[in-house]
Formats: sequence, structure tokens, C-alpha cells
Amino acid sequence: MKNSKKEKSFVSKLTIHQKSAIRGYMFLLPWIIGFIVFTAFPFFYSIYLSMSRVTITPTGIVTQWNGFNNYWDIFTKDVDFLPALTDSIVFVGLSTPLIIVASLLIALMLNKQFKGRTVFRAIYFLPVIIMSGPVLSELLANKAVNIIQPTKFAIYEFFRSLPLNLGAPILYLFDKIIIILWFSGVQILIFLAGIQKIDKALYEAAQIDGASSWVIFWKITLPQIRPLILVNAIYTIVDLATFPTNAINVEISSKMFQTGRVYSYSAAMSWIYSLIILAILGVAFLILRERKN
Amino acid sequence: MSKRLKENIFKAFIILLLLIIGFAYLYPLAFMISTSFMDVDDLVNPTVQWIPSKLYLENFKIASKVLDVKNSLLNSIIMAGVPAILQTISSALIGYGFARYEFPLKKLWFALLLFTFLLPVQVTLIPKYIMFSSYGMINTPFPSFLPALFGQGIRSAIFILIFYQFFSSYPKSIDEAAQIDGAGHFTIFMKIAIPMSIPAIVVSLLFSFVWYWNETYLSGLFFGNAIQTLPMKLQSFVDAYSRMYPVSDASLANRLNEGIRMAATLITIIPLLILYALLQKQFVESIDRTGITGE
Repeated sequence: MKNSKKEKSFVSKLTIHQKSAIRGYMFLLPWIIGFIVFTAFPFFYSIYLSMSRVTITPTGIVTQWNGFNNYWDIFTKDVDFLPALTDSIVFVGLSTPLIIVASLLIALMLNKQFKGRTVFRAIYFLPVIIMSGPVLSELLANKAVNIIQPTKFAIYEFFRSLPLNLGAPILYLFDKIIIILWFSGVQILIFLAGIQKIDKALYEAAQIDGASSWVIFWKITLPQIRPLILVNAIYTIVDLATFPTNAINVEISSKMFQTGRVYSYSAAMSWIYSLIILAILGVAFLILRERKN
Repeated sequence: MSKRLKENIFKAFIILLLLIIGFAYLYPLAFMISTSFMDVDDLVNPTVQWIPSKLYLENFKIASKVLDVKNSLLNSIIMAGVPAILQTISSALIGYGFARYEFPLKKLWFALLLFTFLLPVQVTLIPKYIMFSSYGMINTPFPSFLPALFGQGIRSAIFILIFYQFFSSYPKSIDEAAQIDGAGHFTIFMKIAIPMSIPAIVVSLLFSFVWYWNETYLSGLFFGNAIQTLPMKLQSFVDAYSRMYPVSDASLANRLNEGIRMAATLITIIPLLILYALLQKQFVESIDRTGITGE
């Protein structure tokens, strides 16, 4: 009893700011604990693991310092890693801009007033609900996504005859059109919500000044939704980079228990991959951030 | 008049374009449904393109046997439902803390919160595996439940941000009025903040459920050997099938074909399709409500 009285007087001595801080931290506590245990500690531990040699003993795991040997081996001796890495990076790097452009165009079209647009919206969002790694692999394996056989078209040959770095992205688009559309659901809705929030008065003013729809798009719509392009780009990159059918993800989990280099080798692979993904995120940020005049 | 005509033609053109795009979206689904009803004859018959010649349900029988639907459906519902609830509770609490209180290092924690979204899951995968395995939690549901409870679940950061947006949007004077009436801080959270954030709770529950349902990468490693959800069963479908129907049993009808595989895929997503059919509005309109586009 006496104790609680003492505590009460202690609490009453705190300033409003201190009380607010304590209460804020009470609400935040689960996250801080979770962050330390499930993110911060694993983050640093995986750096350490990637530079170790790990052996499993009956009493637990034993780690030995190994420097950059794992990294060195990955780049010099591993025949599977670089193809998988390239595959994943190409997937993320080429799909992201395509998804952003496709979802922006679809959002612009959906912004028009006509009956049945909610139906379209619902259809375009459907893949977000049903898509998982295994479902996508089954669809791919059974050719359910080969809507157009691009090789049948003469235009495909035309693009193939172009220099590689010019034609490759377009051929990629042909091959992956459904995948790209299926990954666009969230982005379409984000763009659509953003476009609908633009003040109508801006359009009207521009129309009175005689601006064409083309000019209105570039001078009004695009600048207004610019922050959302960044949001969508980040979301897309994170979404694609962690998708389980991604070649590198398969590679990392399949080598986790490889004898002689348990855990450590995969940890090194995941670091190489993650640094590249973070670099891609950085590039996206630099390109799309809002510049102050 | 001609201007209106021009506008109508433009509109018709856009609807046509949207229809074509919509077709590309629905094509895999239509292919899946149509193929799953085809028997072997229909599959090899080039004249049967979309409509199976008869109502053939054997694919679904075989697929649900191989998928062990009864168990894996229950597993899926538990392994998606429980973390969805835990994640929603923790995200609401954390979002509330960020939105309604001022405290030192707030900006730092907020930056770290965003960082948890950007950090690829692969980085923390292995240490987490070691950690859970040293506590004997591998092949139990805990590697999925615990991070969800502590705001580190699948895309927790998004949900925390949604709650943050919601709880920032109403004036602090409401809290102060309740305080004057003698309400404690947790009571204010439960009685004022939570009822105001029902839309955010719905978004968080629905999307957490769907994302946990579809997650196979982490969960496959953490508890895939003991608890098999529908998507995990689908992932190992080809292997499981060849164990149940060995090739030595060489009748053509028992050979694994795309009809059976598509039936299995369809079974995996049917619960989600039902959920989407019922709550389509909540899913689609959620983006508007999250405040991600700014108010």
C-alpha cells in the first residue's frame, strides 16, 4: 500500500512530456522487442554467419571466422548462383518499370466515367488475392499464361533482329505480359485513388486555357501523382524481389543445409542479393524522389 | 455534336482496350477452370479448346485426395487466420503509439519501421531459422505467430502505417475530453480509437489473411514438414501425386495431366475466390481508405 503511494507520487512528479513518452513507449514496446529479436539481431547475425564456417554439433552450432571466403566462392566457384542472380535481377529490373507504366495507363483509363468500371477494377485486383508462388508455378508449368504465342507474330522476329539491348526488353514484355499484369493490381488502385484526388478545378482551368489532354496529362496529372510513382515503384520492387518463384530465392533455400557450409553460404548469397535489391531501391528513389526547385 | 461523337468514340475505344486487358487477366483463370473439367480424351483432342465435352469431375476427386484437402484446408485457415488476428492487434497498438504520443527517438523508430519493409526477407531468414530451431520451434506454428504478435509479420510495416494514418486523423481534443471524464489511456484506445478504425481493422485482417495464406517461402522452411497448408501441398503436388499413383500403374487415366494439376490449383484458390466474391468491395476500396494517397 505504502509502495503504491510512493509510486503514485513518483508518477505525479513527471512532466506531461515524460508521461507521454512513457505511454508512447508502452504502445511501441511490442514492436521494439519484435524489431530487436526478429529483425535487428538476425540482420547482424546473418552478416556474421556469411563470414563464418558453420558446423552443426549435437550441442548446437559452432561458427568459425572465415572472412570473405563464402563470397569469394560464390562468385568464382558456384555455377548456379550468377545465372539465378541475373535472372532475378532482370525480373525485378525490367518488370518494375513495365508494371509502373502499365498500371498508370490502366488507372488513367479506369478514371473515365462509364458503367461497369467497378467490374474492371475488381477483375484487375483479383490476382493480388489469389497469387502465390505455387499457384503461379502451376500456371506457368501448364502454359495457362501463354495467352499469345509471340513467336507466331512477324513483329517478334522484327524485334529479335534488333540489337540485343534494344530488342530484349520488348521481347521480355511479350513473354511476360500476363505476369506483369498480374503483379499490377495494388499499383493500379493506388494510382487510381491518387488521380481521383486531383482537384477538378485544375483540369477546368487548363481546359479553359486551351490545353490538350496530352498536355494536361504531362503538366497536371503526372506531377500530382509523382509521389505515388515512387510508392508504387518501391512496393513493386519489394514485392517482386521476395516472390518465392524468384530464381535466387529458390537457390538460397536449397543451399541452406548444404554439407560443409551449412547456413553460412546461403547467408552470403542472401546478402549479395539483398544489397543489389537495396541498390535498385536506392536508384528508384533517386530517380523518382521529388526535386525541390 | 461532333465533339460529343468524338468523345464517345474515344470512350468506346478505352472500354474496348480495358476489355482486352481484362481478358488477359482472366485468361489464366478461364484456362484453369476449363482444363480442370477435361478428361484425358478432351485434353488431347485438338477440337476441344474451351468447353469440355462432358461434365467430368474425376480431376477434382484425384486432386483433393492428393492435396489431402480436409487437413490442409484446416491448416491453411489456422495458419492464415491466427497470424492475421495477431498482426492486426499488434499493428493497431503500434500504429496508435506512433500516432498519438510524442516521445524521444520517434523519428528513428519510424525510419526503422520503414526499413523493415525494405529489407529483403532473405537476409533475416537463416538467423531466424537458427533461432527458432534452437528453441525447438521449427515445425510448430510459432515461427509464424510470434513475429506477427510483435509487429514483424508479413508486411507488418504496411499495416502499422495504415493504422498510423487512421489514428493521426482525428483531433487530440477527443482524447483530452475522455481523460477529463476519467478514462485511462488504454480505455481511450479501446473505446475511442478502435471503433474509429474499423475500416483499417478490416483492411488489416483481410490482407494479412490473404498474404499469410499465399506465403510459402518462409513457412515452408519453418513448419512445412509438420503443417502443410494448401499452397504448400500444391507446391509438392507433382511429387505427392507420383507417390500415390506410381508410374508403374500405367493406365493412361492415372498419368498426371494438366487437368488434374489445374483442378488442384483451382482447389487451392477457391477459398480465396469465395472470400473475394463476398468482400470484393472491402478489398478494392481499402486502398482509398488507407490514406496512402494523402488526404
